[in-house]
Amino acid sequence: MTQTNFRAGPDANGLFGEFGGRYVAETLMPLVLDLAREYEAAKADPAFLEQLAYFQRDYIGRPNPLYFAERLTEHCGGAKIFFKREELNHTGAHKVNNCIGQVLLAKRMGKKRLIAETGAGMHGVATATVAARFGLPCVIYMGATDIERQQANVFRMKLLGAEIVPVTAGTGTLKDAMNEALRDWVTNVDDTFYLIGTVAGPHPYPAMVRDFQSIIGKETREQLQAKEGRLPDSLIACVGGGSNAMGLFHDFLDDASVQIIGVEAGGHGVDTDKHAASLNGGVPGVLHGNRTYLLQDADGQITDAHSISAGLDYPGIGPEHAYLHEVKRVEYVSITDDEALAAFHTTCRLEGIIPALETSHALAEAIKRAPTLPKDHLMVVCLSGRGDKDMQTVMSHMAAQEKQA
Amino acid sequence: MSRLEQRFAELKAEGRSALVTFITAGDPGYDASLQILKGLPAAGADVIELGMPFTDPMADGVAIQLATLRALEAGQTLAKTLQMVREFRVDNQTTPIVLMGYYNPIHRFGVEAFVAQAKAVGVDGLIIVDLPPEHDAELATPAQAAGIDFIRLTTPTTDDVRLPRVLERSSGFVYYVSVAGVTGAGSATTEHVSSAIERLRRHTDLPISVGFGIRTPEQAAAIAKLSEGVVVGSALVDKIANAKTAEQAVGDVLELCSALAQGVRGARKA
Repeated sequence: MTQTNFRAGPDANGLFGEFGGRYVAETLMPLVLDLAREYEAAKADPAFLEQLAYFQRDYIGRPNPLYFAERLTEHCGGAKIFFKREELNHTGAHKVNNCIGQVLLAKRMGKKRLIAETGAGMHGVATATVAARFGLPCVIYMGATDIERQQANVFRMKLLGAEIVPVTAGTGTLKDAMNEALRDWVTNVDDTFYLIGTVAGPHPYPAMVRDFQSIIGKETREQLQAKEGRLPDSLIACVGGGSNAMGLFHDFLDDASVQIIGVEAGGHGVDTDKHAASLNGGVPGVLHGNRTYLLQDADGQITDAHSISAGLDYPGIGPEHAYLHEVKRVEYVSITDDEALAAFHTTCRLEGIIPALETSHALAEAIKRAPTLPKDHLMVVCLSGRGDKDMQTVMSHMAAQEKQA
Repeated sequence: MSRLEQRFAELKAEGRSALVTFITAGDPGYDASLQILKGLPAAGADVIELGMPFTDPMADGVAIQLATLRALEAGQTLAKTLQMVREFRVDNQTTPIVLMGYYNPIHRFGVEAFVAQAKAVGVDGLIIVDLPPEHDAELATPAQAAGIDFIRLTTPTTDDVRLPRVLERSSGFVYYVSVAGVTGAGSATTEHVSSAIERLRRHTDLPISVGFGIRTPEQAAAIAKLSEGVVVGSALVDKIANAKTAEQAVGDVLELCSALAQGVRGARKA
């Protein structure tokens, strides 16, 4: 690997290589340009950064631990596995890292109303949480299918005072929720802040969300240095839109010795038509404001993604991941629904941690790789979220399996 | 002179505004849609916007979202949309056709092949909702090099600082989106449209067509007094949604088109 400036992007037009950009309707262009200017100013303002640090520490509970997963390590019999415990954050996932950053920006810009899309509901919960904390009304767009399978999170959002709008268009999942949020934004241009939950959308969102999430990797570097006195050998994170992965990966992109692996949702398998693996099973295109890899048919129509985990059920991926895939800095693999479920159970039983089904994809890849690696190999898995929200899904899956047996 | 220039020049000489009609290609099916397309000029449409269906029409309201779904379910593709234009041009050489939609299907088709085929079948202009001037190099530049107009959307949020950039490479006409919102949503007041057009005229000599929220002959007539073109889409598309048969869809769309045309033609410009 000769290139060492993988962290340089995006350029002034929001491009990572050929990916990213600002493919939005003219009505929204002045808004995204304004947002980019405001974000640039905020991140150079010590007062903003101080406020951000305060909420990261006292509200989210950062830094969260880098935990040595001793029993999983023993079970695999190879690499030394560490969990970056994002599930211990307030609201139970990495999503709040980004929401705190964006709500502070929204307040700074004088916006009066928050909107967001959500898949599994973790981003919706995190948005509803910061909306409550900062006294802003909040509307969450959520696919009708996702509302059905994530009822606990829907109730949490309601408790926090958010209005939830079910989206029935398309497959009633994350992409349709994002379409509807964009329609809201284009209609309410004066007072509304669109709080995108992942490293996708028009520039500056992919870079901004990554920046707010990059604390994951920065803490990991320091914590592993303190524990082991060196860099990790490998990093593993699950990728839907890819915000927890970008958060963990970004700080290490220019450390050539660190192997980086992103795990896509393979659903029933990437050789079937039921998966959500945009890089492994898609081609480049333009959707939701950015050029990236997309699941689409020969006519350029977006096809339905499938994953057991609602949070990965999206036919696209953040543009920086598309870039890192093309330049081969990050290796992207896929894990099926069944493999993720097996890893979910293993982690529950061995570590006493109930991981989110999204996170279980990263764990499955770790469990696959660790046995083949030497005992001094240091592997960090992003424990991006807790699995409480997935009880219903896991229960019905187990019931179905028992029936079959 | 391009077909769009020709048409707007003729109408200027007549002292009236153009009725610009939008339908989604392939809605409710290929044959009925082609019948509507072929019938529109006789029903008074001066310029036709033909929507290229896309699964994720982020800037469209419910009416056009549903039209898109009907077309896709009936098997419409970008290749079939181009074929429709080819069939239309067999007996119409004068009514300009502007293809309108989102970038991804064109990106997938291949820009070079798309531009060549669009030109060959007789497409006059393009409106691509999610390609702002920042991405001109992708499609606007090659399309214009091939002699296809690239029509820009200007909106209430396009301020005076940004407007020159948006208009710089515009050709054919300028589309003014009169409300911040999705297609088919609320309508703007004539006062708003009037001052917006005044502002646009300070920046461009191109004809200006106004759209979003115009549904009735009366509304069309009011806007026709102010601008060179009046765009009606969702109201026409709703006729297809409400029709019980394909024949009824064809009849109802053309009937509304005639009524709108009367409104526009009755409103001579001051």
